[in-house]
Amino acid sequence: MATTVSSSQETENLPGIVNGLRNLFEDPDFQAVAEIKRASGKPVVGHFPVYSPVELIYAAGIHPVGVVGAGNQIEIAHADSRFQSFVCSVIKSTLELGFTDRLQIFEGMLFHSICDPARNLASVFKRNFPDQWVEYIHFPQNMVTEGSLDYLESEYRRILARLEDLSGKKVRNDDINEAIGKYNRARQLMRDLYQFRREHPDILTTKELYTLVRAGHILSVEDHIGLLEKAKVLAGKKTPLVRDHIKVILVGSFCEQPPLDLIFSMEEAGLDVLDDDFLLGRRWFTEDVPDDGDGIRNLANSYRDRSVIAAVKHDSRQQKGKELVDRVRRFGADAVIVSVAKFCEPGLFDYALYRKALMEAGIPHLFVEFEEKMWLFDKIQTEIETFVESLLLD
Amino acid sequence: MANAAKESQEPQSHYQGGFHLLQKELMNDYFDQMTRAAEGDGPPAVYLLISGNPVELIRAFDLLPVFPEINALQIAAKHQSLPFIQKAEEVGYSTDNCAYVKADVGLWYQDGQAPMAKVPKPDLLLTNYVGCNVYLHWWEHLAELSHAPIFDIDIPFIRTSDGEPRAEDITYVVRQLEELIPVFEKVSGKKFDPDKLTEVMEYSKETGELWAQIKRMTVNRPSPFDAYFDAVTMMGPLYTLRGTKEGRDFFRDVLKMVEEIKSQGKGPLPEEKFRLVVEGPPPWPYLRIFRDMFARWGAVFVASTYSTVGGLWEFGFSHDPSDPLRSVAMHMLKWNLTNRNFLQRYQQLKSYVDEWGADGLVIHSVKSCRLFSAGQGDMREYFARQVGVPTLLVESDLEDPRYFSKAQMRTRIDAFMESLEHHKLVGLHT
Ligand code: SF4
Ligand code: SF4
Repeated sequence: MATTVSSSQETENLPGIVNGLRNLFEDPDFQAVAEIKRASGKPVVGHFPVYSPVELIYAAGIHPVGVVGAGNQIEIAHADSRFQSFVCSVIKSTLELGFTDRLQIFEGMLFHSICDPARNLASVFKRNFPDQWVEYIHFPQNMVTEGSLDYLESEYRRILARLEDLSGKKVRNDDINEAIGKYNRARQLMRDLYQFRREHPDILTTKELYTLVRAGHILSVEDHIGLLEKAKVLAGKKTPLVRDHIKVILVGSFCEQPPLDLIFSMEEAGLDVLDDDFLLGRRWFTEDVPDDGDGIRNLANSYRDRSVIAAVKHDSRQQKGKELVDRVRRFGADAVIVSVAKFCEPGLFDYALYRKALMEAGIPHLFVEFEEKMWLFDKIQTEIETFVESLLLD
Repeated sequence: MANAAKESQEPQSHYQGGFHLLQKELMNDYFDQMTRAAEGDGPPAVYLLISGNPVELIRAFDLLPVFPEINALQIAAKHQSLPFIQKAEEVGYSTDNCAYVKADVGLWYQDGQAPMAKVPKPDLLLTNYVGCNVYLHWWEHLAELSHAPIFDIDIPFIRTSDGEPRAEDITYVVRQLEELIPVFEKVSGKKFDPDKLTEVMEYSKETGELWAQIKRMTVNRPSPFDAYFDAVTMMGPLYTLRGTKEGRDFFRDVLKMVEEIKSQGKGPLPEEKFRLVVEGPPPWPYLRIFRDMFARWGAVFVASTYSTVGGLWEFGFSHDPSDPLRSVAMHMLKWNLTNRNFLQRYQQLKSYVDEWGADGLVIHSVKSCRLFSAGQGDMREYFARQVGVPTLLVESDLEDPRYFSKAQMRTRIDAFMESLEHHKLVGLHT
């Protein structure tokens, strides 16, 4: 099993590398994580979506792993008696991972204030896994008060102290700045690749880009940087595909993730994706977090003033609908695909804002609902094909 | 068998207790004020949310507090929510979005014309973000629709093992409240008057204390009122009129009435056969029918978590006129149900079961409100398996009538009550 990108059998072309990477994250048993843990001797903390301050986890000498449920890899046998039918799948599959002892290699789990189900899930974890380290971060939702900076700084210091308890390492400011530097590098490379895809969606596919980003949920940041650097070089060498696609921006998939094969099917159905919000948390900042000065303060500041628009972050300075319309125009997209996880209330609420703004601006859009546990994609694929055809005929 | 015997006792048409009429009068006055304000004859309207609401600050500037949640529930209780919900669904809201929001958005598109009042447009949208994440979305949408100014008060959730807000949380909230004062000055056109705020706080303090006494009365056997169905009646004035003389007087009167009922050894039903605790908001569109389903078994709710979303006075909170902002901050941070974590709610329910002497727990799981419902299966597991309390979980909705299945609901409740009856007979449960 290829767990790191430097393994000797790797194929030196992007599709080959990408194919070798998918079992990193399509593995509910986290074998790659176990291997990294063995090799590095580090404890592991899983973080639930969307954004998590991975720099703090890393600085504390802990390996951060993005735990985004179990996709379509496991059956839900226990968790659906705890969370009702009207709760999104990623909540249940993450809990199921716990009930089936698959999270035992994680010393801790970190949740965030993204929505009511995720918040209650943190409590349910605490009760059902009393020996596990479980933490919850409340992110500020008032972005226009100076107080939110002090507050978030204090929240980060609290979490850092808890992480220090877990690893036994006393964290210095330099450690945090070093971590910021590394994650900045990874984020910059992801921004570069996003930019590359925007210009050449026929060369770097969304399936490839997604896989490259998602690998960072498992790999160490150093290995992820190595992977992204190599991908950047290899992407430039690929030959363009000839295809009759429309250019779209895809929004709504910031937390629960569609299966990789669904992303592939959507793309194949006729989409050149110029931008998306998959795995948004690891790409959270619009520019580098300063890596000198007070690291915690800088992380807090970047969260408040230099982070992306997101359904789970409330910022009265922004208008989501207007921003989306502007982005469509700026990138020259033909349409928007709003692809929301079933029962995801933040995503569904945003859709109402997007719909209004897009209709007023005369921008076509298609709304689809997906579930991470889907196996059959023909319905969504047909919807997209029909939508694409209608636009191509226009 | 027991079922057949109960069949003949069809719905209770009225329940005992005089406070419903009094409440109606007060709420009608309040709705008239809203209508007048909507027609341009009244103070500016501030929209805010129920959970841990800081209505004192609004009263201190003589502004009109408007609670869209109350409007939504009134519409539902009057069996008129569906067209409003459908209007919102037409413009892109999902069947899976909270139906309070949808009813309110639908109301917006009907120009605020609700069955009980005309709702004024907001002059300020105050997002007291106490627990519910939907609040943030709701107010964001209202801001888009109305273009009214918005002020977010971010209330850090209780997340540490001691169950207390952190010192930094308190500082943060107080600071936001200080920043809110000039916003209120601007909206009201009035200078902040600390004496006026103190006066409001005095009324609020007294009101809270009266309410706590009233709530505590249900430990008696029989319980003088139903801590779910009757308590929700009193919640309207608790939010809309807290901090006013009228509000305080109402709760004085209610306390007298409840004491009177208690001294007569009476309760809401002719006979209290079962004492139950309930978790979750009520099904407003079917409130009476739902109540009757328990009443026919002689079951009274002696405690409810829903009646504590606005505040937890019964566990020792009261507003402090000598330190108003901090006190309002603590109300929002600590002294309400919604800002406490899910496991704290388990503890609250457990104390109800133990101290109020309940025979069982009913969890009403509502689809709309994931703040309440997400994870209630785990709660059932905890009570049924770990604590060993007979527990029933039923599902419907607080606003959307499409999620209430009468026959199914009744079957589930009857089966549960039958088993409780059996427990009692064989003395399995004390
Ligand atoms: S998918 Fe949506 S509802 Fe589910 S946990 Fe994520 S943000 Fe919450
Ligand atoms: S989710 Fe619950 S608390 Fe939040 S607005 Fe809806 S009904 Fe109210």
